[in-house]
Formats: sequence, C-alpha cells, structure tokens
Amino acid sequence: MSEHIMSSKLYYGIWITLMILTVVTAKVAFIDLGPFNTVVALVIATCKALLVVLFFMHVKYASEKLTRMVIISSIFWLLILLFLSLADYSTRALGHG
Amino acid sequence: MSDSPIAVEQHAEHGPELRHHFETAEQQRNAASLGMWIFLGTEIMFFGGMFCAYLIYRLNYFNEFAAGSRSLDVTLGTVNTMVLICSSLTVALGVRAAQMGKRTLLVILLLLTIVFGFAFLGIKGIEWYDKYKEHHIPGASFDASDLIRDYPQIHIDPSHEQLYFSLYFAMTGLHALHMIIGVGIFAFLTFHAWKGRYTPHYYTPIEIGGLYWHFVDIVWIYLFPLLYLIDRKPLG
Repeated sequence: MSEHIMSSKLYYGIWITLMILTVVTAKVAFIDLGPFNTVVALVIATCKALLVVLFFMHVKYASEKLTRMVIISSIFWLLILLFLSLADYSTRALGHG
Repeated sequence: MSDSPIAVEQHAEHGPELRHHFETAEQQRNAASLGMWIFLGTEIMFFGGMFCAYLIYRLNYFNEFAAGSRSLDVTLGTVNTMVLICSSLTVALGVRAAQMGKRTLLVILLLLTIVFGFAFLGIKGIEWYDKYKEHHIPGASFDASDLIRDYPQIHIDPSHEQLYFSLYFAMTGLHALHMIIGVGIFAFLTFHAWKGRYTPHYYTPIEIGGLYWHFVDIVWIYLFPLLYLIDRKPLG
C-alpha cells in the first residue's frame, strides 16, 4: 500500500471486463464441452479473482514483498489442503475406507 | 511519553494519526495492510475447508450435485454476481476518493456499496425462499422427488442430494454472514467518512475495509460457477 493513485479509467476497464466474464461464464456453461465445462468455468473464475486481487486490492502496483509472500503462501496452503485431501479420497471408495 | 519534546515535535510534523511505534505513515499503512492480508489468509482456509468438502462429495456424487445445481436460478445467480462486482467497483473508487480527499464522493460511494450489499442479500433471500418452497432445505421435510421426476436421465439418491443442498446452504450462508458483517463495517466507515475523519494522509480503514469487501467478492466469484454451473449442458 502506498500513495499510488490509480486512474478511474483503469477501474472502469476492470469492472467492464469482470461483467463480460460473468456473462461469458454463465453462457458457456450451457454449451456441451464435455469435461472442459468445469475447466473453462474455473479458468474464468480465476481470471476474475486475479483482476480483483491485482487491481482492486492494489497488489500489482502498491504492495510490499512481505504482503505478496503472505498471499502466495495462503494460496499454497489452500492447495495443500485440497490436493492432499484428494490424494487420500481419490485412492479409495467413499464409505469403504 | 507524549509530553516529551521529541513526541510533540513529531506530532507537529505528521499529525495525530501516526502512532509512535511506527517510523513513518507509510510503514504504519504497510503494517495494517500486512495484518489484514494475514487475516484474509485465515479466511481462505476457513472457506477452504468447505471447498474441500464440496470437491470430495462432488467427485463422488456428481449426478446429485448436477441435478441440484440445475434446480438453482442461473439468472438470479448471474445478476447477484454482477451486483457484487458493481459493489467492488464502488469500493475501489471509494478508496481513490479517500486518497484524493473528496469527502462527499467517498460518502456517496460507501453508501452505494451498502445498497449493493443489501441488494445481494435480498436476491439471496429470494433464492433461499424458493428452495424452502421446493422442500430443498436439508432436514425432515427434504424432498428430492421433483428432481427425480424432472431429470429421469440421471440416477438421483435423495440422501446424496441432501449433501449438495447442505453444502449449498452452508457455503452461501457463510458467505452471506460475511456480507452482513461487511455491510456493518461499511456503515461504520460511512459514519466516520461523513464526520471527515479520513484524509489523503490517513485513509487506512477505508483501504482495509475495502480489502475485506473484495475478498468476500472473490469467494462469490468461485461459489457462483461451483454451485450454479456444475452441469448445465443439454441432457442427452
């Protein structure tokens, strides 16, 4: 966080992009892409989340290295939770463990 | 301590908002930001437990999750996502107004954020009421027979269907609780902004409150596709 003031044009641009991506994700879900429906939905959601974090939450232009480290390690910890849990559950039948 | 000549001199230099255990106002702001991000890290893990439960049950009971997802209203879900994105814009513009010392604009943007927050909760309430009328709330009166009738192509086990709706209500409920707390925080910020407490030299509470609001927005950005859009393609 610093005195850096971003232009309102940039904020409006991010807002329009987020609105368009919301409509796209809702429409694409009705097209049959096989297993890629989920992939597309998650990729769009992650793009939207990145735009919010980088621009609305000022991480791109005005954050300390320490703050960035906290953010990245939080996401890393979440991935440990998800992947290690899945590694367990996906190698045995639910209810027969 | 505050009577010492050094302290008085420092106050004269920077104003009363800088605490004396910080060297500069920027260091104070960075510390507040870091603290908030650490809190948001714990929030990621808080929601993460539910996302993990969702992931495991979705992989095991995909049919029931797909049928439950189809029974939600995509239009209301999309509109609510847009409402939250608009509220994030007003928050971001609010921080900018605070940085530039525009008090009236800041108060208006904070009030708009609260309005968007209530709009989201209102739409969410309508959706929950629809689920109540359809007997889709898990418990003694839960009834999935309408889904079994509507989607004969899919094999649906009612007890697994309850798992989907349990997660739906737990995840959207926890998110709505965060929204209610967020509205409270923004009411507090609006009051102090109206009093003129925030200046271009001191707007940390606006920035920190904004980080919380944006985080809650991001949680919804993931909840929307994961709950509403599991399997919407035409059934063969």
